[in-house]
Amino acid sequence: MAVIKKKKDKELPAVNTSALPDIVFMLLFFFMVATVMREVDLKVSVNKPQATEIQKLERKSLVTYIYAGSPRVKYQDKFGRAPRIQLNDAFASIDDLQAFVIQEREKKSEEDRPMMTMSIKADKSVKMGLISDIKLQLRKAQALKINYSSLQPKDVEALYSSEN
Amino acid sequence: MARNKRAIPEINAGSMADIAFLLLIFYLVTTTMDTDKGINRKLPPWDEDLEQDIPPIKERNIFTVLVNSNDQLLVEDEYLEISQLREKAMEFVDNNGDGSCTYCKGYKVSSSSDNPDKAVISLQNDRGTSYGMYVKVQNELVAAYEDLRDKYAEEEYGKSYRGMDADEDKDVIKEIKGAYPQKISEAEPLNIGG
Repeated sequence: MAVIKKKKDKELPAVNTSALPDIVFMLLFFFMVATVMREVDLKVSVNKPQATEIQKLERKSLVTYIYAGSPRVKYQDKFGRAPRIQLNDAFASIDDLQAFVIQEREKKSEEDRPMMTMSIKADKSVKMGLISDIKLQLRKAQALKINYSSLQPKDVEALYSSEN
Repeated sequence: MARNKRAIPEINAGSMADIAFLLLIFYLVTTTMDTDKGINRKLPPWDEDLEQDIPPIKERNIFTVLVNSNDQLLVEDEYLEISQLREKAMEFVDNNGDGSCTYCKGYKVSSSSDNPDKAVISLQNDRGTSYGMYVKVQNELVAAYEDLRDKYAEEEYGKSYRGMDADEDKDVIKEIKGAYPQKISEAEPLNIGG
């Protein structure tokens, strides 16, 4: 018996894992707070332009998105390749835009309405004709605060090359 | 007390970590980290009969920027590269032709703007211009103003305008914005080289 006892003493004690759930919960809460659920299923491919003078959109609840770009590959046989507008989860025509803005504005509370921002997420290859049409509709719908969604370039010099 | 304690068996918390991991992985997969950033702009209100009563602006106070359908720039009747646009715009806004702007460093050229308050940048693009180019031009024009404000802030307050805190330096920011008001006007796009 004495021999066995001695053996047991020499064994390494098990690592205490009782704090593991705490650590995992901490990570969990971090991700829950820091991330936003993907709201829409993108049907158009958007390769955002790059810009340096960009500002962060502060309150997500005030922002409404308008997507513009050519339809993704799986929608191309149905909708073609010409750039289109996407509102919420569906393709839309330019005439739907005003109604969409009004409808989105209705959803917001009274005091938030003047602060509503329209974020235009358009592909950089989209022609300005489409963007101008969007802007005109937004003006008609009295949605005047807009934001041209862009990315911070990794290399500022590349911004001036004629490539992109 | 002691007897009571012994009566309730301890809850096995060994699988708590597993449950938390499961949730963690769910959040990791379903969420996106992308922060929304972009160039903020304000559109002019839509009014059909407003067009007539625009106050006349002197030709020298307008800095015209044209972008054609091949994404080429024409600035003040001169062909320019995008990399030169910022400097040209800064020169124009900071020109101080009538000498009323005490903080300007411009060359006081008679063909350029009177003072930053009167200077207007007019931007017109074609319907065939690419959105990427348009954002680039907008970016350069905004950057020109930001650079001027930066310089002004450095001199007056000894710190950079871009680095200021929106809440803390509220009045300072307002003052600087007043010194170089951002006046970028956009004309209806042309439709020539579709």
